[in-house]
Amino acid sequence: MKNNVLKKLFSKNSITIYIVVAIYAIFSSLLYTDNLSRQLTNMLISVSCYIVLAVSLNLVVGFLGELSLGHACFMSVGLFTGCISSVLMSNVIPSVYIRLPIAMILGGLAAAAVGFVIGLPALRLKGDYLAIVTLACGEIVKNAITNINMTVESADFEFNGAIGLNTNKYGIYIKDVGELLPYAIVLVFVTIIVMMNISKSKAGRCIMAIRDNRIAAESIGINVTYYKLIVFVLAAFFAGMAGVLYGHGNSFAAASKFDYNMSIEILVIVVLGGMGSVRGSIIAAIILRALPEMLREFSDYRMLLYSVLLIVIMILNANPKFADLKGNLSIPKIISRLKNKDKTVKEAK
Amino acid sequence: MENNNSSKLVPYPSNALVTERDLHKPPVLEVNHLGIDFGGLTAVDDFSIIIGRTEIAGLIGPNGAGKTTVFNLLTNVYKPTRGNILLNGYSTSGKTTAQVNRMGIARTFQNIRLFSKMSVIDNVKVGMHMSVKENFLSSLSHGFGYSKAEKIANERALELLDFFSMADLAKAQAGSLPYGAQRRLEIIRALATNPSIVLLDEPAAGMNPSETAELMENIRRIRDTFNIAIMLIEHDMSLVMGICEGICVLNYGKIIAKGSPDEIKKNPTVIEAYLGKKKEAQD
Ligand SMILES: Nc1ncnc2c1ncn2[C@@H]1O[C@H](COP(=O)(O)OP(=O)(O)OP(=O)(O)O)[C@@H](O)[C@H]1O
Ligand SMILES: [Mg+2]
Repeated sequence: MKNNVLKKLFSKNSITIYIVVAIYAIFSSLLYTDNLSRQLTNMLISVSCYIVLAVSLNLVVGFLGELSLGHACFMSVGLFTGCISSVLMSNVIPSVYIRLPIAMILGGLAAAAVGFVIGLPALRLKGDYLAIVTLACGEIVKNAITNINMTVESADFEFNGAIGLNTNKYGIYIKDVGELLPYAIVLVFVTIIVMMNISKSKAGRCIMAIRDNRIAAESIGINVTYYKLIVFVLAAFFAGMAGVLYGHGNSFAAASKFDYNMSIEILVIVVLGGMGSVRGSIIAAIILRALPEMLREFSDYRMLLYSVLLIVIMILNANPKFADLKGNLSIPKIISRLKNKDKTVKEAK
Repeated sequence: MENNNSSKLVPYPSNALVTERDLHKPPVLEVNHLGIDFGGLTAVDDFSIIIGRTEIAGLIGPNGAGKTTVFNLLTNVYKPTRGNILLNGYSTSGKTTAQVNRMGIARTFQNIRLFSKMSVIDNVKVGMHMSVKENFLSSLSHGFGYSKAEKIANERALELLDFFSMADLAKAQAGSLPYGAQRRLEIIRALATNPSIVLLDEPAAGMNPSETAELMENIRRIRDTFNIAIMLIEHDMSLVMGICEGICVLNYGKIIAKGSPDEIKKNPTVIEAYLGKKKEAQD
């Protein structure tokens, strides 16, 4: 019994949670005591968004094993739906802090709906074809948003997709990172916990079964389309929520930013962090988002250095010796090694 | 020559063979004039068979005879060009492979298809997915009856594994198991779906004689414990003749003989088909 509790406390998933708690504890205590540099403060929200994006894309790429190249478009749909509805709600609910969670859910639902519409036909395709279709759909969504023109006179609101959304002007830009951070932390934790839970559930087993062997999965009665669609929609939902958060943390949002390049950026995080590894996605999101900022002082050579570092990380990741090293540094391994040392020391005495 | 039997009450064709103890129960599987063409090639033609509720049936034939294709037709992996299939009296026509499984057919594969990156017990639990009472919300939140459903699933999975003395391997990764254990796990996974008939595609392939003997014992135990029918494809004649009650011989996609092991052994057409095959191999 006691052993079980211990096991749970030191399980892979719990350790991931501890890591995230520790990271946020350190950064928020620095932030709230005014000891965090401006540069790092500005990164907190965007890194949190990328964690959510990477972890949710990992559900599609790592757990389901389908390549999706349009994740940014779900973020975009969420961002604009959520932010615009937040503006339109301002008459009814004056406080932006109460509107934000509602906007996040609305944005998530809109992104999920788009995910459903894209996924329903696209998920019948396999492998490269699905990748191509998601890529194209991402661009279509981007262009569709760019071409939206809407005016709501009662709210004195005007949105031109080609220009973008001036969140600052409509009073939904939350400038103080300290005020926005709690929302980011909640979103990150909900995402991580949901993704971890799902991998240890009936739905997760069915999803992984489809990944490992689709034909066998069908032979045991798994409705492949249903589960693929659920994964796709769920990932889109979280990406949409991250988009709303992102929109509230930036004074201006342009649809053109959420293009193919951004989808690839998220995919790179997932691949480097490790397929199906929630913890890997989190760490990779932090490192890869922080890197370009850290390299800012090299100004002109920044992107060059960034790409070189990416290549180095990729080579290291593919190297079995490095994997062994990483494995040896894992906490359960360290604990068991310490225990063994204890034993040998005692035996020596 | 279509035989459109869509209702449950169909007189058995006069040449149908059902084991005596199953005589007064409706058959689990009834296949009428099943056939499929791949382009110009008729891989299976006029395949009719009846399988009793608790029968162990064998499907044999030389390489390329169309045996695996029959399994793929029965599970709707391939859509039949001709004929129909009644499973527990219901037509499976137009159903997906997954739906056919839920109607009662489970199978294993000639080239093992496990969920190799998942643990052994998860392979079994995923097979039981229809009976695990978890909805999507409880899967996400690990609340709403999740713990209870998982506990029941775990216990049942371990029970099934124990049935084949594999409970101690529950945590191992399925892909890392030795060959024989992988074959056994595939059978367990098929059983986990609660089928009324299991199709085994060359379950003894690659096994040594002692493993084969154990497998034979296990197949009998499955039938006796779960009270289900089993249909197996096998090249190992000692196994087929040892446990099958009805045997169906396929050659070039057509049934050339049906009957009890003794009848099949003596059947001149069967002997010729197998010897003829040998001659070809020598050429
Ligand atoms: N999808 C397909 N497309 C075209 N031809 C096929 C297909 N599947 C099977 N065939 C052909 O049908 C014939 C029967 O193949 P099948 O795999 O059913 O043989 P088998 O009796 O299982 O043989 P073995 O004992 O070697 O497993 C072969 O000639 C094969 O090439
Ligand atoms: Mg075969």
